[in-house]
Amino acid sequence: MLEANLDQKKYDVDEQGFYGEFGGAFIPEMLYPNVEHLRKQYLEIMYEPEFQKEFRALLKDYVGRPSPLYFAKKLSAHYNTKIYLKREDLNHTGAHKINNTIGQILLAKRLGKHRIIAETGAGQHGVATATVCALAGLECIVFMGEVDIERQAPNVARMKMLGAKVVPAKSGSRTLKDATNEAIRDWINHPNDTHYIIGSVVGPHPYPDMVARFQSVISEEMKWQLKEQTGNENPDTIIACVGGGSNAAGAFYHYLENEKVKLVAVEASGLGNDTGKSAATSVLGSKGVLHGSRTLLMQTEDGQVEEPYSISAGLDYPGIGPMHAHLIRSGRAKVFGSTDEEALHAARFLAKMEGIIPALESAHAFAVLEKMKFEKDEVVVVNLSGRGDKDLATYIDFFKLNG
Amino acid sequence: MTRIEKLFSNKQKDICNIYFTAGFPSLNDTEKIILTLEKAGADMVEIGMPYSDPLADGETIQQSGSVALKNGMTLQVLFEQIESVRQKSQIPLVMMGYFNQVMQYGEEAFFKKCKEVGIDGLILPDLPAAIYEADYQQLMKDNNLNNIFLITPQTPDERIVYLDNLSSGFVYMVADASVTGKQKDISNNQITYFERIEKMNLSNPRLIGFGIADHQSFSTACAHANGAIIGSAFIRALEKSGNIEATIYDFIGMIKNEKVGV
Repeated sequence: MLEANLDQKKYDVDEQGFYGEFGGAFIPEMLYPNVEHLRKQYLEIMYEPEFQKEFRALLKDYVGRPSPLYFAKKLSAHYNTKIYLKREDLNHTGAHKINNTIGQILLAKRLGKHRIIAETGAGQHGVATATVCALAGLECIVFMGEVDIERQAPNVARMKMLGAKVVPAKSGSRTLKDATNEAIRDWINHPNDTHYIIGSVVGPHPYPDMVARFQSVISEEMKWQLKEQTGNENPDTIIACVGGGSNAAGAFYHYLENEKVKLVAVEASGLGNDTGKSAATSVLGSKGVLHGSRTLLMQTEDGQVEEPYSISAGLDYPGIGPMHAHLIRSGRAKVFGSTDEEALHAARFLAKMEGIIPALESAHAFAVLEKMKFEKDEVVVVNLSGRGDKDLATYIDFFKLNG
Repeated sequence: MTRIEKLFSNKQKDICNIYFTAGFPSLNDTEKIILTLEKAGADMVEIGMPYSDPLADGETIQQSGSVALKNGMTLQVLFEQIESVRQKSQIPLVMMGYFNQVMQYGEEAFFKKCKEVGIDGLILPDLPAAIYEADYQQLMKDNNLNNIFLITPQTPDERIVYLDNLSSGFVYMVADASVTGKQKDISNNQITYFERIEKMNLSNPRLIGFGIADHQSFSTACAHANGAIIGSAFIRALEKSGNIEATIYDFIGMIKNEKVGV
C-alpha cells in the first residue's frame, strides 16, 4: 500500500514544496487560496483509509491494475541483458495518465469541487480526465492548444464522446504550454467551484508531489513484481521518458533514495539538440519559473519561454518537473536524449521484437537501449508508459505503411 | 523615499494609475505614452514588461504583450527607454512583470538597474511572499524600490495583514476573482469586499485594479480606496488609436469625467 512518507529525504519534496532548489509555488495571489487549500489537505485526504480503499478499487477494477511487469525475452537477448517492461500501456485509456486522474477526481470530490479543468497536449491526459469526470459525474473542461486540436483529432473526439468540453487555447504558440496557461487563467476566474487536474509532475507545490504520489503505484508494483520474478525487489536500472515527467516520477518514486538503483531519464531531442528543434530541457534549459514552479526551462536570454519541438506531443514541453530538475542536477538521475528518428525506429523495433506498439513518448525511452551498456545479468526496467494507437498516423507516415 | 511614497504623502484620493505594455503599439512608444499620461493627469504609470506566458493577464494584455515582443521589446531596450524618460519626468513609475524575467536578468542586477534608471516600485505577481521576505526584501529596499503585493477578495484577513506588512508604496487590491481585463460592472459583493478592506486600516495606501474601465468604476474604486489602476481598457483604447496623444487625453478625460488636455 501507499504510505504517507513524511520523513525528510534527499530526493523527496521538503515541507516548503522544494526539491533542492527546485519547486515551490510561484503563483499569483489569485491562486493562493486554492493552492493553499490543496496543500493543507492533500496528504490527509490521500491517505484516509476510505480514500485509499476507493482509489485502490478503481485502480484494480476500472484501470486494470496491477499492470503487468513483462520480461521481454527477445529484446533481452538482443541487448544481452535482462529487460523488463512495465506495461502502463495496458491501462484503461492507454497510458499511465489515468493513475493520476483517478486519484485527483476522488480528491476533487472530497474538496467539494464540481467543475474540473485540465490541460492536454496530445490529448492523453485530456482523455484520462474526461474519463474520470464521466465516471464521477462532474463537469469537465479541457484546454488544448489550437495547433494540437488540429493534429490530435481522434483524442479530441474521444474527449467529446466522454462528455467533456474542449476549449482551444489560442494564445502564444497554441500548444501544451499555452493550454496550461489557459487552464491556470480559468482557475483564477473560478476560484470556488473548480479543481484543476494537472496531468504531470509540474505546476505549483503540491502538484508535483501529489501527482508523483498518485503515479508511484507504478514503482510500488514494480517492487513486488520484481521480487516475484527475479527474487530481488530492486532493479539495477530504470529507464523512463520525461516531458513534464509523470511516468518517470511514478517509475522512480520508491527507488529515489536507493542510490544503487540507476535512474535514467530520457528527453526528446527532436531533430537534434543543436538544431533549434528540440525539447531536451535539461540540456537546453536554464533555471527559471514555469507554470508555478522553479525548475529548468527553455527560454531566451530575456527570460521569454521558448517553444520546444518534438514529434511526440507528450514530450513537447519547454519545462521539466522540479523533482526531475533536482534528480538530474544532483546527479541522481542520468539523462539521455532520443531524437524523433531514433524514437520512431525504436518503436518499430519493439513492435517487431515483442509485438508491442508503444506510444511515441515511450519509444524515446526504448531508443536509449541502443546507447547504453548493460551487464549480462543486469535487471533493466523500461517504463512502457503508453500504447501507440494514437501515434499510428505518424508511424504510417514515417514507415510508409500504407502501400 | 520613493516617488510613489512622495505621491501618497501629497495626495491620498483619486490616484489614477495607468498600466500600459511596453513596446505596444510600437516599440518606441514608451516615452510618448508616459509623458502624455503625465500631462493628461495620470498620477502614476505602471509599465508592463511583455512576457510570453503572462498567467494573471487576460486576452487584451496578452495580445499587447505578444505584439510588443514581436516589435522587439526586451528588458534592455525598456531600461534604456525609461532612463531617457526619467530625464524629462518625475512621475512615479512601477514595473509589472513576471518573476522569470527578473530571475533570468539576475535578481540583484535587475533591482540595481531599476534604481539606476529611476523605477520606483515593482509588481511581480508570481513572486511568493515568503521567498520575497527571505531573499529579496532587503535587496529591494537597498535599491530604493517599493514592492507591491496583490490582495484579492479570497485573501484571508491575516494574510492581508501579512502582505500589507511586506508591501511598501501601496497595496494592489485585485477587484474581482479574475484575470485582467474582464469587463463588467462592480457588484455588491465587490463593494462589500472594498468596505471590508477599508475597515482594516492597512499601513499602506490601496489602489484597486482589474476591471476598472470607465468613469463609473473608477469613481467607485476611488470612493473605497486611494485610487485605481486601469490597464486593459487603456490598452484597448491604444489598439484603436490613430493618434496616441489624442487617445490618451480622451481616455484620461473619460476616466476622470473632466476635460483634460493642453
